[in-house]
Amino acid sequence: MSTLDAHVIEPAPSSGVLEKIWATPPGILGWLASVDHKSIGKRYLVTAFLFLAAGGIEALVMRAQLARPDQHVVTPDQYNQLFSMHGMTMIFLYALPVLSGFSNYLWPLLFGARDMAFPRLNAASYWMYVAAGLFTYAGFAMGAGANDGWFNYAPNSERDFNPGLNIDFYALGMIFLGVSTTVGAINFVVTFFRMRAPGMSIEKVPIMTWGTLTASAANILVIPAVSVAFFLLWLDRQYGTHFFDVAGGGQPLLWQHLFWMFGHPWVYAVVLPAIGMTSEGLQTLCRRPLVCFEAVALATVATMVLGFGVWVHHMFATGLPALALSFFSGASIIIAVPSALAVFAWIATIWTGRPIITTAFLYFASVIVLFVIGGVSGFMTASVPVDWQLTDTYFVVAHLHYVLIGINLFAVAGGIYHWFPKMTGRLLDERFGRWTFWTMFVGFNLAFLPMHVTGLLGMPRRVYTYASGFGWDTLNLVTSLGSLVFAAGVLMLVIAVLRGLRNGAPAGANPWDAPTLEWSVPSPPPTYNFLEIPIVASRYPLWERTIDHGAARSRLRTELRLEAGRETLATSALDADIDLVMKMPGDTLAPLVLTIGMALAFVGLLLHLAWLTIAAALVTLAALVAWLWPQRELAQIAGAPR
Amino acid sequence: MIARMRLPSRWRPAIAACAAPILFAQRAAAAAQPPLSYLRSAGAKADATLPLTWGLLAISIAVVVIVCVLVLVAIARARSRTAIAHPDGNASAWVYIGVGLSSFVLVCALVWTVRVLAFVNAPAGRPALTIEVTGQQWWWKARYLDNDASKVLTTANEFHIPAGKPVRIELIGADVIHSFWVPALAGKTDAIPGQVNTAWIEASQPGRYHGQCTEYCGLQHAHMGFDVVADAPDDFSKWLDAQLAAEPAATDAMKQGQHEFEFHCGACHTVRGTEAGGTVGPDLTHLMSRQSIAAGAAPNNAGMLAAWIANPQAIKPGTRMPTLGLSDPQIGDIAAYLATLR
Amino acid sequence: MSAVVADAVPVGGVGRRSVGWWGLVTLIATEAALFAYLLFAYYYILVQFGPAWFPERSPSLKLALPNTIVLLISSATIRWAERGMRRGARGMALGGIALTFLLGLAFLIVQLFEWKAKPYSLRSGSYGSLYFTITGFHMAHVTAGLVALLLLFVWCLKGYFDTRRHVPLLIGAAYWHFVDVVWLAVFFTFYLLPRLW
Repeated sequence: MSTLDAHVIEPAPSSGVLEKIWATPPGILGWLASVDHKSIGKRYLVTAFLFLAAGGIEALVMRAQLARPDQHVVTPDQYNQLFSMHGMTMIFLYALPVLSGFSNYLWPLLFGARDMAFPRLNAASYWMYVAAGLFTYAGFAMGAGANDGWFNYAPNSERDFNPGLNIDFYALGMIFLGVSTTVGAINFVVTFFRMRAPGMSIEKVPIMTWGTLTASAANILVIPAVSVAFFLLWLDRQYGTHFFDVAGGGQPLLWQHLFWMFGHPWVYAVVLPAIGMTSEGLQTLCRRPLVCFEAVALATVATMVLGFGVWVHHMFATGLPALALSFFSGASIIIAVPSALAVFAWIATIWTGRPIITTAFLYFASVIVLFVIGGVSGFMTASVPVDWQLTDTYFVVAHLHYVLIGINLFAVAGGIYHWFPKMTGRLLDERFGRWTFWTMFVGFNLAFLPMHVTGLLGMPRRVYTYASGFGWDTLNLVTSLGSLVFAAGVLMLVIAVLRGLRNGAPAGANPWDAPTLEWSVPSPPPTYNFLEIPIVASRYPLWERTIDHGAARSRLRTELRLEAGRETLATSALDADIDLVMKMPGDTLAPLVLTIGMALAFVGLLLHLAWLTIAAALVTLAALVAWLWPQRELAQIAGAPR
Repeated sequence: MIARMRLPSRWRPAIAACAAPILFAQRAAAAAQPPLSYLRSAGAKADATLPLTWGLLAISIAVVVIVCVLVLVAIARARSRTAIAHPDGNASAWVYIGVGLSSFVLVCALVWTVRVLAFVNAPAGRPALTIEVTGQQWWWKARYLDNDASKVLTTANEFHIPAGKPVRIELIGADVIHSFWVPALAGKTDAIPGQVNTAWIEASQPGRYHGQCTEYCGLQHAHMGFDVVADAPDDFSKWLDAQLAAEPAATDAMKQGQHEFEFHCGACHTVRGTEAGGTVGPDLTHLMSRQSIAAGAAPNNAGMLAAWIANPQAIKPGTRMPTLGLSDPQIGDIAAYLATLR
Repeated sequence: MSAVVADAVPVGGVGRRSVGWWGLVTLIATEAALFAYLLFAYYYILVQFGPAWFPERSPSLKLALPNTIVLLISSATIRWAERGMRRGARGMALGGIALTFLLGLAFLIVQLFEWKAKPYSLRSGSYGSLYFTITGFHMAHVTAGLVALLLLFVWCLKGYFDTRRHVPLLIGAAYWHFVDVVWLAVFFTFYLLPRLW
């Protein structure tokens, strides 16, 4: 077995055999049946950006309405639907799916595997995401979009106060989406623990994957909270149960507890993977390992664990006892500590590194600043007496946009510039990239920095208009103008990608001289990812020659070709010793059929069509049975080879 | 206020010295400030919170500036470096120092928070007055509680309190969750159906303090404001007595208007001294003593009253008050009658 | 395939090393969380109202207690089936699966009678809403388990499993045990707690 010089990448000879085994059949059926994680990842990214555009347009209409006092651009009902759909779209249909897209595409490549642990489940999670998003938007298209905010407090969401289909679309749509997110999370967790290349023991795992792992583990535990909440609400609305209505012995605050027990961990789930991407990007572009790597990985987990214990900070004004408030206030303040560690680690990495100022670097570096601005406004809201003034004002709106856009969207933009070459084999134009970055950065801050002041001057949230004389007029105008600039920047990002697809310069396997395994395969990677499953000996396999790692050398040519069908290796959870040869499923329409069945079942529930619900449930069951039926090619039947 | 925070006695003069100028400036500027700003305070509860707000804001701004400077300097310095540093080296020490300093600041902020919370959460003295405030879509009802049933005042959207004394507010949510917020005087407390939340406010000196519902409550959440007017204690007593008195009999010229009012409006509204006794909508006794109508959606004058009666949906779309389809003379009579309710 | 790997390592999932098993563990985690939140709703409202909230302080155990025992026995029968499979006794495995199915079905039917016997309904108040919803969720999970047992029976009959390779049976059995444990929590909450409070 020869040792490949890991620092100098020659494209490995491609394998016609493997290419045929792993190829997706051409044509529309092939595309619909594909379980290729790279294809699914790209679909997630594109779909998430489509929803980002929808949510962005909703925001721009709102900003047009709020640019001046007492406007009539939209009616109150339209505005209330707009702000609810905007929140729901961004936080459910964009923020997590876009990160799932990156993780889906990159994880097997980062881990030296040929696919995720559950390829068919992967496809199903994507299709369900699309179906749930379309289901919810169908309501909006009919003028019955969600209209009680993304947080949907009872009793305002009960039938007495909201008789239309608005909340039903929202509740059922979210339950549906919850299934997608949960199965996606299951896939990430099992992949992390079982699909890493031999030798990639737990401390060698790329920093980026810690974010998604943590988020996924959390999602598995908290998504049921919101699914239960929405289901109980739907029962209240349809069948006259009494979970949240006071007259029947229900409790409005029960909704808030269930929702925020999910909602707070969720907001960490939508930023921790982005924080991981930032760590990954910064260490590469500063040409040195991340400072305090282990501590940053632990801080990621610590943030999420603490994140389970802070949900009441969304409920400080509800009249809870002071002792409870103090506890949650304390936890909400202390949770800043692991975040501070990540911020200082990033700064130290830049300080002691040799940064290349690419567009990706600009985005990742800006995450540091925007994260801190969002973090300190969060710190202010964590203090109960101060929160009693600034909750439900635009100060919180400023806070949440700084953390969500500042951490998630800016890291995603950085991720696009950083990994687009790997996904497409082409580079994005750097000069246009700078224009894009500065437009987004200036526009975003112009829109949201003044919003802190708007909030401190008392402007409440979720108001469709405001009167003059409160000191908010100019601030709102500036925010609206800034939002236009920011939107232009996002548009430029999309244009940059389209231009890059058309005529970007060839990228090669490793244009950034990055250390992790995905950069050892050609750009774009072959369908089978790795010609031979690598054996990993350090955290930075492609940097082993340039940084001091002792004598251990990773090997990319290992003769672990695994070409008797679709195969990859499963390894042990902590030490990544070879455990099994996994037979991977091929392309199948079962996930799509299952999703269509589920979608029709939800339509049946929405419209009270029992026959449709039952028929669709049977279709779903049939697809599931076909999917789970043991197959000889997958070594699921006794007597199969070995 | 400072004394009540129960800080070590030797710290009090120092803290008073630091806080006093801020509070003085805030109070002096209160009248000129935007109505819903909480960057100035005019009452004990808000006074206690304000230094904490400014303190945390100052820390926040300082942290942002420091981080920005560090990032920019890091980029500027490091660009010219030619060799990769030894993995970590001194860098991790600086990270832990940064985390240590941040933790220290955070813990101090937490301690300060808990102290202010303890003070703000409970009134120091017995309340001079208890008002039961009911939030409902989309206006505020106030009942001044009193052991003597004849002294229980029911009014809406604008309530007076005696300045310099703590006032207890019992919050009721009649339909959905609302939130009671008078930024100049106190933080917000939700009015939740099924439970009674207690808040307390205290205005240091007479003045008009604006409030707003701050929990999304449906279509017209944006137009659910109210005013709290603090009077000197004698003025307050006079106001209360005047409000408790029923309306005098209408003059002959207003009799038609009163009759129309009782017939068309009495099912939902009350004017004590007339036949109108409905409780679905705001109590309109002494309506003209208020500065606005429809919970702040419009100023209170004869013209706006007429416009409101003619078409409330045009001013506040979705409001519970229906468009009654009255003729212009009817509207004019009713509006003119209402304008006499001082 | 590399000679290094070929001799040393099994192909396909074996026992608890299969990714399917790991997937089930995470599924159980999420479903357990689901029931935890449902029970949280119950306990939250209980704490608000106190024992006055219970419509009956001594809910009848006439059907519920035997039903609990039925479910516990069904956990034993599925374990018995697994043991049979490990020993290669296909008849034992099939018998165990069939028995578990029948016991589970019996549980469902008895539970429906229990529903009819309750003095309150889904709509009568928050307690009724919670009782029928939570037991309903449990019954849905039992039903899913019955479908799984049916599939396991068919697959076992067709000879898909042997002493080494029978991951679906492991998965199905673990899921069934989980459903059993959830029932214990539900049973305690609705049938024992009102007596103890």
